[in-house]
Amino acid sequence: MAMLEVKDLHVHYGVIEALKGISLDVNEGEIVSLIGANGAGKTTMLHAISNITPKSSGTISFMGNDITKTSAKKIVAAGLTQVPEGRRIFTGLTVYENLLMGAFLRKDKEGIEKDLDHAYELFPILKERINQDAATLSGGEQQMLAMARALMAKPKLLLLDEPSMGLAPLLVKEIFRIIKEINEQGTTILLVEQNAKMALSIANRAYVLETGNVVLTGTGKELIESPEIQKAYLGG
Amino acid sequence: MTQFLQQIVNGMSLGSIYALIALGYTMVYGIIKLINFAHGDIYMLGSFVAYIVTTKLGVGFFPAMIGSMVFCGIMGVLIERVAYKPLRHATRISALITAMGVSYILEYTTQLVMGSEKKTYPVLLNNSTFQIGSVKVSTQQIYILVITIVMMIVLQYIIRHTKMGRAMRAVSVDENAAKLMGINVDTVISFTFLLGSALAGVAGILVGVYYNSINPLMGMTPGLKAFIAAVFGGIGSVPGAMIGGLFIGIAETMVIAYGSSLYKDAIVYVILILILIIKPEGLLGKNEREKV
Repeated sequence: MAMLEVKDLHVHYGVIEALKGISLDVNEGEIVSLIGANGAGKTTMLHAISNITPKSSGTISFMGNDITKTSAKKIVAAGLTQVPEGRRIFTGLTVYENLLMGAFLRKDKEGIEKDLDHAYELFPILKERINQDAATLSGGEQQMLAMARALMAKPKLLLLDEPSMGLAPLLVKEIFRIIKEINEQGTTILLVEQNAKMALSIANRAYVLETGNVVLTGTGKELIESPEIQKAYLGG
Repeated sequence: MTQFLQQIVNGMSLGSIYALIALGYTMVYGIIKLINFAHGDIYMLGSFVAYIVTTKLGVGFFPAMIGSMVFCGIMGVLIERVAYKPLRHATRISALITAMGVSYILEYTTQLVMGSEKKTYPVLLNNSTFQIGSVKVSTQQIYILVITIVMMIVLQYIIRHTKMGRAMRAVSVDENAAKLMGINVDTVISFTFLLGSALAGVAGILVGVYYNSINPLMGMTPGLKAFIAAVFGGIGSVPGAMIGGLFIGIAETMVIAYGSSLYKDAIVYVILILILIIKPEGLLGKNEREKV
């Protein structure tokens, strides 16, 4: 059984149907990428999974439990955390306080301390900035903070929404290297990206989304080599 | 000079009370962007509750203050749940009009229950005066100042150093991102109303003690002035509300001393107009930019 199973998901914004019956699976240990152009419904998909956007119909289950109607809070507690698009870090709070917000639902003080150290290992720059207002960080540093903050919840499945957005190519490489590292340490990943090349290169499997429908699916390698994808997303 | 210093002392007492009320306005605005026009009436309720428990049950000042804080805190939470929560995703003007409606309900229900005439407050704190140099200070003024300072320190501690305080700040920056951290936004909003309303309860009993007289419509003018104090300090900013409250209080007493008491309310509105022209975001307010 898959770790995350989405079945026939529909989401409407008023009269506009943003998701037109999407089904998708993520197995434990995988990196699954969801690629597609602007407006394809990628972010809507993640918001629906975390239940901060209401769903019209369809079901979502996580580790065998139906989470279709579970509150956002309980979904985080169950081990499913999201790094939202555009980082959405808490400005006015320090880097340290931002990280603590990620661990909001946890009560194990020692575990939190240990995970803070782990976050500083993954993102050494954050340790240097620990007492700085998060608003003073650069775009790349903010992305790292957003990822570290999500990891503080100790997720089993991490949803990443456009982690490469607005970053310089070198930083994009660095972020993707860290995503792989996080995955190798045992966290399953569902990645949403416009940067199809990078997203497919690290994915075990991928789904291609177009205006609310899944139009193509396969392993990362298959999709990279597919002529349609080459033409539409990789500029080949 | 003596006169000037004397007015500073008097103004600080009045200003402390405005500051306590202003904090509730500013915290609620910071978190749900609502000007809670019923907040002045919460403060009125606070002074009535303290009046009832001291005259009917005969308790002293501090138990009465705590009773008033608890009552106002609960009222604040209830009002938010019943009147504002259903409108959280409605237009801002609907919530604002609702707040005015709640304000009238509180004022006239209190009139119905307690009668509309003025009540004379019992003497709860001894009121001896003593001299510091040539300035006269009353023990009541000292009490007001010390209680206000303690409340502000406790509030700052809660906001800066507790988990709930961090959650309040996080929700005020980005509600959806806070939800993604597993924060229950409803709980955080309730907590904000609880804190702000409890502080209004403190202001309520202090005003009763300081002016000896209360009535069901007493919340209107100080409520407006405290709101102006919050705007002056930068709405959404907690230190701003403290500074704004003190400033408005001192300005008002100075006008009474050097001008005419006829203008004591006018000066506050003049300050509002000036701040809106010169620095609309207030003294410590942030320049709001739309996030993309």
